[in-house]
Order: sequence, then C-alpha cells, then structure tokens
Amino acid sequence: MKRVVITGAGTINALGRNVSETLEAMREGRCGISDLEFRDVERLAIRIGGQIKGYHPEEVFNRQQMVLYDRFTQFALLAAREAVAQSGLEFHGELADRAGVVLGTSGGGLITQDENYRSVYEEGKNRVHPFVVPKLMNNAAASHVSMEMNLRGPTFTVATACASSNHAMGLAFQMVRSGASTVMVTGGSESMLCFGGVKAWEGLRVMSKDACRPFSANRNGMVQGEGAGVYVFEDYEHARDRGAEILAEVVGFAMTSDASDIVMPSKQGAARAITGALRDGGIAAEEVGYINAHGTGTAANDKTECAAVADALGAQADRVMISSTKAMHGHCIGGTGAIELLACIMALRDGIVAPTIGYEEPDAECALDVVPNVAREVQVSTVLSNAFAFGGLNAVLALRRAS
Amino acid sequence: MSVKDRVIAIIAEQAVLEPSDVTMDSTLEDLGIDSLGLVESIFAIEEAFDITVPFNANAPDQSDFDISSVGSIIAGIEKLISEQVS
Repeated sequence: MKRVVITGAGTINALGRNVSETLEAMREGRCGISDLEFRDVERLAIRIGGQIKGYHPEEVFNRQQMVLYDRFTQFALLAAREAVAQSGLEFHGELADRAGVVLGTSGGGLITQDENYRSVYEEGKNRVHPFVVPKLMNNAAASHVSMEMNLRGPTFTVATACASSNHAMGLAFQMVRSGASTVMVTGGSESMLCFGGVKAWEGLRVMSKDACRPFSANRNGMVQGEGAGVYVFEDYEHARDRGAEILAEVVGFAMTSDASDIVMPSKQGAARAITGALRDGGIAAEEVGYINAHGTGTAANDKTECAAVADALGAQADRVMISSTKAMHGHCIGGTGAIELLACIMALRDGIVAPTIGYEEPDAECALDVVPNVAREVQVSTVLSNAFAFGGLNAVLALRRAS
Repeated sequence: MSVKDRVIAIIAEQAVLEPSDVTMDSTLEDLGIDSLGLVESIFAIEEAFDITVPFNANAPDQSDFDISSVGSIIAGIEKLISEQVS
C-alpha cells in the first residue's frame, strides 16, 4: 500500500478566490453569507446564501469556453488550476496516463438547466443553445479538468448530495493508495444558487432566513453556499522523489449508509463512518485533535453528529475540537467537504483551528468543544472531516500532519 | 367543505386513514405522521388554501404556527386565511 499525500490545494468560495484568502477569512471568523443576487430572487422566502460576489467569468474564460462551462465547471477549473500549479506537476507521457480526476457535485450544471427550462417553459422559446447537454452534465467539470490538465487516467464524477466531495476524495485516496493511480486531482464543485435551485430547497423547510448557526441552541437551519475545492493527491514516494512540498497526508477513509431514512440522519451510520475512518488509518481515538464537522445548522444534523462523535471517540470526545465552517461559507452541497478540507489542512499545517461562527447559545445536545466564534491556536497531529448526506450516506476522511 | 373538513381530509390522506379516524385532539405523532409527512401536509394545505404557513422544520416550537394537535393546526390555518382576506 502506498502512502498518499496532498501536494496542491485550490478553491473559490464566498470567503475567497483562492486558498490564502479563504484561510485568512477562516482565521478571522469572517462570514461570507449575504443577500442573494439573481433573477426572481424576490419570489423566494429564503434570500441569503454564501454566494461568490463580484465574480466575472468572462474575464477568466474566453467565449468558446464560456458557452461550454456552467458555473460549477468554472469553479472546478479555477480551483484545479490553483491546486495543480501549487503541486508543480505537469502531466505528460506515463504520468498523464496514471493521473485522473474524481470530483463531487450534486446539482452539476443546475444553473444551465434552470436558465434553459425558463427559456422553453416560461418564455416559450422552441430552441435552446446546442451545448446545453454537455454544459449541464454532472461530469462536465471532471472532464474539463482532465482536458485542460491532460489527465488521461480514471476520471469520473461522484454524486452523493452533501457527501459528494468526501466520497470523491475518499475514492481518489483509495486509488493512489492501491497503486492504481500515481496522482488524482480530486475534490468537488457546486453552484445551485439560482431561482429553481433555492426554491427546491425552500420546500423542505430546513433553510434559515437569517444565518447558519451550527451547534447553537437557537440554530434554525442551513444556508446554502457555492464554490469548489480541488486537491492534488499524490503517491508519497513520487512526491518525495521530486521534492514536492507536502501539505498533509491522507491516512484513512470510510463510508457507510444509514439504510434508514431519506433525509433524517442516523447516529449509528455517522458513528460507523467515523470509527471506520479511524480503523482504516490505524488511528487511536486519543490522537484526533480536530474534527471538521458536517455541522449544517439544522436541528437534526447537529445533535445527531455530536452524539455520533461522542459514541465514536468515547472519552476523547470531551477533548477534541469540532467546528463547522459552514457558518462562514454556507453549505456548498456537493463541493462542501472539499472546501472544508482547507480547515483541516490549516489545523495541521498552521496550528490554527477554524471557529464555528454565529454561535450564540449552548445546546445540551451539542455539548462538545465547538470552537465558538474565535479561531484557536493549537497544534494537532490528526484530524477528521465529516460529511453526512441526504440519503443517509456518510463519508469521513482522516488526515495527518506531513512528516 | 369547511376549512376543518378540508384540513382533516389532507391529514387523513397523509396518514393513510379515514377522515373519521382523525380527531381534533389527535397529535401528528398519534396519526403516524413523521417530519417529512408534516412538511408534505403543510405543502398540501398551502396549495389548498393558497396561503403561506410560517413553519421551519428546524424550530417547530418557535415557528409562529402551532402543530401540537389537529385542532391547533386547523385554528392556525383559519387565522392565516382570515388574515389574508383582511
């Protein structure tokens, strides 16, 4: 079995246009959630989100690219460019054949669908642009990353709602660890902040109208975000031999299914994913210093997640720090685990644990150290990243400080 | 059909019961309606009466809408309808 290290990271989200801006915002506990801006927003009951503002794709992509790249593809490409540039890798010959892409997304080109349905249904047009299908398909982002970077190995998309990018990164980890690939570009991307996207979420009545307050007793729901996080996962020996800077080591991964309810989370399913990731990485509970929580700010998730962490870590649950950065960048659905992995890398590399902002009132059902409101300087050696999706699908990654 | 009868019909359909099995003091739990069933019932009620029910599944107790029994739900809907008319 190979060791797997992260040698590049990239992102774009409501907190920043790249990793350094995002980490600075996380350190400062800045909130990227604001009033949504898009057509028909006045017909929504929910009008806030972690929307990327002041973003002008036509300044980055040319006309031929713009007609093919949905917003979620643009985000994936921007994050992948940053990650691959940091890794210093160029993909030619055998390395290109042994490198692939696995990205998570839930909605894929949802904005493209929304715009074109509006055009044919509401506006009564009988013709749509010829590239609607290649623009909206869920694998468009992974394919464009593969094309732009010349990654010619295994390339595909994973769609498991809010766990998509953790599942994607978990599969990338397993492929590099098994020796099937030398390098995998992995993470996730999401862009559902459009009228139809938010209207659908409104229907479930789990969205907050004012703020995302994970673990706080007065929390009243989730707030959606958008963006991408992309990483370069590389065979440790390959990275070492070329003298690459190692951001962190990926050491464990587990996925489980609750097999119980389509939306209500299960403590057992989440706890099995956490213990599974520890077992996979040969990690003792006492080693875990920080958990990046799924922490959606819904009544159901946060108490179930805290109970699952308490079950899985035992006495260590009283010592571990657990924070949800969703209060800052929103819930980026199929890209969220990838954006949140940045907080894990910051904890391991910089010794700074991102806070749970918006925390106002303790909740007896979430009685863990949730790092309320202010980032903390603490050295940690091992961290976990939780993702628990609708559909009862759970995916937990374990990372260690580079050594 | 009165507001009461229409609401009972909606709740009965959700619970897969006869309307006669739904009483004013039944709770949704008594009727076997879970959180998803509740959200679906509220949607059906909003559609039937063309009203907006202020209900957040995260904080049902803090929502300005009492769901503790069938009777309280009907009273809440009658109030919303009258507010909308006035």
